[in-house]
Amino acid sequence: MTEAKTLYEKIWDAHVVDQRDDGTALIYIDRHLVHEVTSPQAFEGLRKAGRKVRRPDLTLAVPDHNLPTTPRVDANGTKIPIADPQSAAQLEALEANAPAFGIKYIGASDKEQGIVHVIGPEQGFTLPGTTLVCGDSHTAAHGALGALAFGIGTSEVEHVLATQTLQLSRSKSMEIRVEGLLGPGISPKDLILHIIGVIGAAGGTGHVVEYRGEVFEKMSIEGRLTVSNMSIEAGARAGLIAPDETSFAYLKGRPMAPKGADWDAAVAYWKSLRTDDGAVFDKTVTIDAADVAPTVTWGTSPEDVLPVTGQVPAPESFADPSKQDAARKSLDYMGLSAGQPLTDVSVENIFIGSCTNSRIEDLRAAAKVLEGRKKADGVKWAIVVPGSGLVKAQAEAEGLDAIFKASGFEWREPGCSACLGMNPDKVPSGERCASTSNRNFVGRQGPGARTHLMSPAMAAAAAVAGKLTDVRELIG
Amino acid sequence: MKPVRSVEGRAIPFGQKNVDTDVIIAAEWLKTISRDGLGKGAFESVRAKEGNVFDDPEYAGASILIAGDNFGCGSSREHAAWALDDMGIKAIIAPSFSDIFSSNAFKNGLLAIPLPQEAVDRLMEVAKTDPISIDMESMSVTTPFQDRFTFEMDPFRHQCLMDGLDEIDLTMSKSDAIEAHEARVDSAHAWHKPAIA
Repeated sequence: MTEAKTLYEKIWDAHVVDQRDDGTALIYIDRHLVHEVTSPQAFEGLRKAGRKVRRPDLTLAVPDHNLPTTPRVDANGTKIPIADPQSAAQLEALEANAPAFGIKYIGASDKEQGIVHVIGPEQGFTLPGTTLVCGDSHTAAHGALGALAFGIGTSEVEHVLATQTLQLSRSKSMEIRVEGLLGPGISPKDLILHIIGVIGAAGGTGHVVEYRGEVFEKMSIEGRLTVSNMSIEAGARAGLIAPDETSFAYLKGRPMAPKGADWDAAVAYWKSLRTDDGAVFDKTVTIDAADVAPTVTWGTSPEDVLPVTGQVPAPESFADPSKQDAARKSLDYMGLSAGQPLTDVSVENIFIGSCTNSRIEDLRAAAKVLEGRKKADGVKWAIVVPGSGLVKAQAEAEGLDAIFKASGFEWREPGCSACLGMNPDKVPSGERCASTSNRNFVGRQGPGARTHLMSPAMAAAAAVAGKLTDVRELIG
Repeated sequence: MKPVRSVEGRAIPFGQKNVDTDVIIAAEWLKTISRDGLGKGAFESVRAKEGNVFDDPEYAGASILIAGDNFGCGSSREHAAWALDDMGIKAIIAPSFSDIFSSNAFKNGLLAIPLPQEAVDRLMEVAKTDPISIDMESMSVTTPFQDRFTFEMDPFRHQCLMDGLDEIDLTMSKSDAIEAHEARVDSAHAWHKPAIA
């Protein structure tokens, strides 16, 4: 009998090119996504050393972080120039580097353009059992399809471009087992925020997490992408969900996915990608799904979560003195006081988008809450940013854009937008934003911006009420 | 990469926990296509406050930064390591580091030294008045007061730092093994290549 293995061990073992005596291994990388922000210095490094890209056929480039989400071409189809000269230069660098190194490039005004982590799965570039990297920490998202996917720095981007491998030490394995199913009005975003609250922002450091339990088996791929995406917010290197019939149905017919006999062979292999009975995880955390409420963040770390029905915590309520200090700083930055009910916190900005929550199901969930309603007067800025051109087209075909616009939202072009305070979409200093993104760090959405993370339905509810609100009261 | 055998000097007693890479260098600074000059953007939101440790003349020219648990969490931006390097930091001491940050630090010859919280607390005290030394050969951190704390490091990274090895060159010397892996995958999994049009 062969040794029982976790899904992580199976994928790892299938990609070892060279095992070193010190325990580290050279790991083959099957897929590499490249965007404009973390790649220019890597291409420059290759150029200086006279190196080529080893496998341009396994590499896909697309701009997302820096692109403004306002129209990219005018009525005559002419490109609208980007106002910020630095952003423009960075985008031009990718536009030039990709063809110079033989890499497929999806351009800013192509209909397939979108956030790297939306288009990877959407195009069928992301496949179960593959290793996938990108110079972006939310690469963890692709684990939703059973790919071992993680973010890397620019030196590693250069290393992968040059060698199609990475020198890595094996991570520890962690099982997050969720018992039971989510209640009505509770989304995958609420679940992952709750999980991060339980294990902490460093709870997964050094680990690859596998999410297990009936809730994930019944969850759509888009929901799984939301969950796996935020694995990094718990410090985990990667998240994984075993591929199943839902995954195969999602991938079948995608442009870059296998076809015909290749498809059948792939599915046969993917069915072996499950943690064996008796396999041992280094750590197991059990979560009761019944404990998950519509969840929002109150502080400046993704671990600072509470049910929306809760109250802002007192710093003294934390056992750890360094956490008390951090909570004091967070409350000061967020302009909140201990004991304040979260549903009393008013918001001036709403952002529905990001690699965490910009897919069609996310937009449908938000539109369902907004249909026939208007944003509150106190909400000054509300935008919906679809994750890709294809998501945008699908939403328009379903009439979702009309619902958003009628509610007072702006309907934008695909990109990372207000998730990261890099492109023109920023939250003004001192103002609050109900955001479907993934990070509530100090200054993340712009200097002085105050972020409350939540699900798309909860962000839509906040837009209607003008304050943090339990969406269950609106959808009844 | 230049070999890094030791770091000595004053240390900035920052101490904060969960220092994310957005705090180390905000996204606005990521529009550059160069690795250089990011030091002036480092810890911008912290330095906006009066009396911050980074602008305290006591620590001018410091080569070490001391922080709390989970240093470098969040974004994968290597700009965080470049910014620290550009501000003259050669080593960071903390109870733990995010996986991606510690890798980025290593690639830039920046030492990410994990020590238990009690040792970090002691070094925070020493840092206020005296220098700290890090020796890579013996993998230890010492102070002028006979403190000595040993640390662990991935053996591969330790060797690369000690010898100043270029990792891409090292990997390229394994190109036969890489080709063998590719041949194996091509024959076992014909479906494997993405159908990029």
